[in-house]
Amino acid sequence: MPPVGPRSGDAIFANIERVNAELFTLTYGAIVRQLLTDLEEVEEVNKQLDQMGYNIGIRLIDEFLAKSSVSRCVDFKETAEVIAKVGFKMFLGVTASVTNWDADGTCCSIVLEDNPLVDFVELPDTYQGLYYCNILSGVIRGALEMVSMKTEVTWLRDMLRGDDAYELQVKLLKQVPEEYPYKDDE
Amino acid sequence: MQFFGGSEISPSPPAPTATGNNAHMMYVFNRDGVCLFYREWNRPLHTLNPPQDHKLMFGLLFSLKSLTAKMDPTSAEKGNRGVPQLPGQGCSFHSFRTNTYKLSFLESPSGIKIILVTHPRTGDLRNSLKYIYNLYVEYVVKNPLYAPGTPIRCELFNTTLDQYVRSIA
Repeated sequence: MPPVGPRSGDAIFANIERVNAELFTLTYGAIVRQLLTDLEEVEEVNKQLDQMGYNIGIRLIDEFLAKSSVSRCVDFKETAEVIAKVGFKMFLGVTASVTNWDADGTCCSIVLEDNPLVDFVELPDTYQGLYYCNILSGVIRGALEMVSMKTEVTWLRDMLRGDDAYELQVKLLKQVPEEYPYKDDE
Repeated sequence: MQFFGGSEISPSPPAPTATGNNAHMMYVFNRDGVCLFYREWNRPLHTLNPPQDHKLMFGLLFSLKSLTAKMDPTSAEKGNRGVPQLPGQGCSFHSFRTNTYKLSFLESPSGIKIILVTHPRTGDLRNSLKYIYNLYVEYVVKNPLYAPGTPIRCELFNTTLDQYVRSIA
């Protein structure tokens, strides 16, 4: 039987186990609140969210690859498209779009119109430096690292701070191909 | 049934029944060459101790992948010799058969390699390997007590895997 080709995000999203959106949003909100209470410094919380995202990303990649059957992407452009169309759809139920490619094709922006993490959320003035969805940047960074791409992910626009959409900038730093891990003398 | 006693090896399951397993053994490696999982059901001959056996297997696959990619007559791209390829890029082999066994291989783009050694008349096991990859995701990756990059010690994974392998025709 021939192997199954990559399925679109919608098809996978329909088949996958889902959790109640409000439960998800409120749980995430509770995590951020608890981090703010424990750590107090907004910068620390941003870093911690990114680290948590990274730990999720390194595991998420296997689930993504197993469920979506995508094969290795040929270049970074394809990678960004797959993240935006299949990845976000599969895990968050929203489709993102990819814009603002730079000349080399190593840096792009992923734009999210709709973000389930921030339903019902308003940032108070004391926490204006907080990147509420910073977990997403960690997830993308962690997942891409497991497929041999070192990237840097930052927020360009954030609706909680008054912009009109969520925009993540993903910059490819380098590709790290697999090396033979054993030393010859062992 | 031999029991290795090595710390990273799962204990052998009970002896197969008459209808039983036609799989001999299974390995799972990650991208750094760490043997995450080794299970044997039917392996009468052991020639090497476990660490050497794992290294040999990993080295074999690494070289075979590289060789098959370089010898590809249909590939338009002439990769540089000696430059390691990204996992999943280019063509990759999926099985080889000898007169006594068949070795089936699956590699994900994240570098997880699943190897299943069965009797030589087994058909194409690519879908079975994909299913095993899904089992790995469900029972190992999603297990919060499992640290990525360390040997797998999940009872549930072992039992589900045994059941599934028993059912592969």
